[in-house]
Amino acid sequence: MIEVKDLRKGFGDVQVLKGITASFYPGQTSLIIGQSGAGKTVLLKTLIGLHQPESGSISFDGRINTNFSIEEKRQWRQEIGMVFQGGALFDSQTVEENIMFPLKMFTKQPQSEMLDRVNFVLNRVNLENSNKKLPAELSGGMQKRVAIARAIVMNPKYLFCDEPNSGLDPSTAIVIDNLIQEITDEYKITTVINTHDMNSVMEIGEKILFLKNGRKAWEGSSEEMFKTDNEAVVNFVYSSNLFKKVREAYLNETK
Amino acid sequence: MNYIEHTGKYFIMLKQVFKRPQKGVIFYESLVKEIEELGLKSLGIIMFISFFIGGVIALQTALNLDSPFIPRSLIGFAAKRSIILEFAPTFCSIILAGKVGSYITSSIGTMRVTEQIDALEVMGVNSLNHLVLPKIIATVFFYPFLIALGMMLGIFGGWLAGILSGLFSGVDYIEGLQTDFKPFFLVYAIIKTLVFAFLIATVPSYHGYYVKGGSIAVGKASTQSVVWTTILIVIANYFLTQMLLT
Repeated sequence: MIEVKDLRKGFGDVQVLKGITASFYPGQTSLIIGQSGAGKTVLLKTLIGLHQPESGSISFDGRINTNFSIEEKRQWRQEIGMVFQGGALFDSQTVEENIMFPLKMFTKQPQSEMLDRVNFVLNRVNLENSNKKLPAELSGGMQKRVAIARAIVMNPKYLFCDEPNSGLDPSTAIVIDNLIQEITDEYKITTVINTHDMNSVMEIGEKILFLKNGRKAWEGSSEEMFKTDNEAVVNFVYSSNLFKKVREAYLNETK
Repeated sequence: MNYIEHTGKYFIMLKQVFKRPQKGVIFYESLVKEIEELGLKSLGIIMFISFFIGGVIALQTALNLDSPFIPRSLIGFAAKRSIILEFAPTFCSIILAGKVGSYITSSIGTMRVTEQIDALEVMGVNSLNHLVLPKIIATVFFYPFLIALGMMLGIFGGWLAGILSGLFSGVDYIEGLQTDFKPFFLVYAIIKTLVFAFLIATVPSYHGYYVKGGSIAVGKASTQSVVWTTILIVIANYFLTQMLLT
């Protein structure tokens, strides 16, 4: 479980996160949504330790990350999996080398065991027979799957995804969403996803955190999102005619 | 950001770079790859340029020393001194700053803008140590060999130019090479090469690692890194010459 308390972060004179408090639970897919500039990426990067918070705390199963010793921090890093927006695959390495990299760096497993693990996670993301390909030879969806495979290869307790569907067609986006949700359920991972994709919100949003101007403006499930009368959420999520109609239909059906 | 801030940031970067590699096997693999990328792949250009510049130095010297009172062996002597003291260590390093420096900045810069460096950091990898240290070791250990090869080919190029043009004889040239040979000049050239190799690896790495923006920013950083590496090589060359030869 990840608990965020009164988290604040700014850059120079600009305060980006203005006291965010939230909890993310194991086996649950939590989504952070909000307009561009709302602070989603900064929140995610602060959660994974790429930014240092100015104040507030983030605890991972009761362990506050700013209090970690070097050894604890190293251990904590290995409990984290991250899927970056563009995949962030090492472009000079093959798919197999990319996924094997954390294993080689942090474990003492023999090569054959590492290879078995790589093949297992590649199989898990439905990407067999691509071991020797370079990232540039893969489609966007395949690159995202490799990124997910690399993120889960160390059996993380916490999985973070930054816009996992950006640049993907709707059907591939659904495949990626379902894959993340399945993995979250299967391994009881605490998953936090930063997204703009409203299809994802409706499909896999077990818990949704809506940010506005660096503050938490709303929190709830995708079902609650249909019913909410929070103006900021309604204006953001149901800004398109399609979603407006979907909401109206849902509300009429559940009356 | 002013020059003092950049200098401070550069030394803070070096502090992170000079840490024990997290995994020996991965470091060794990176080192071998960097020796190939930064060293072996530069062999061709250094050999080609050294050979022809050596020839030009010998020809120019021969054409400008036309007095019958000046011994022809002076051509070999002057070519040897020029090549060993300046051309091979300094000019070859400037050529390498262009070729290798732009490669280092663009490869690390691209890793930065595509979040590959963030991915390393999230995994718990000291990205500076992982990316930059193998480059420093590869250049510092390999470039003295590269420069030594440049010296030999430059001197050989000078000899061949004399033979082919008929401006001086091979015997005179070799006599000039043997005249007043000071082994310390080779040590001086190697010391300079080590310093320049360090600059060629670290200055472009700094520009690539701290790049902000997209592909245009990476392109600009590559240009900046070549300019700054060249400037620093020229300045270091002046101070090293003053310290070691005066």
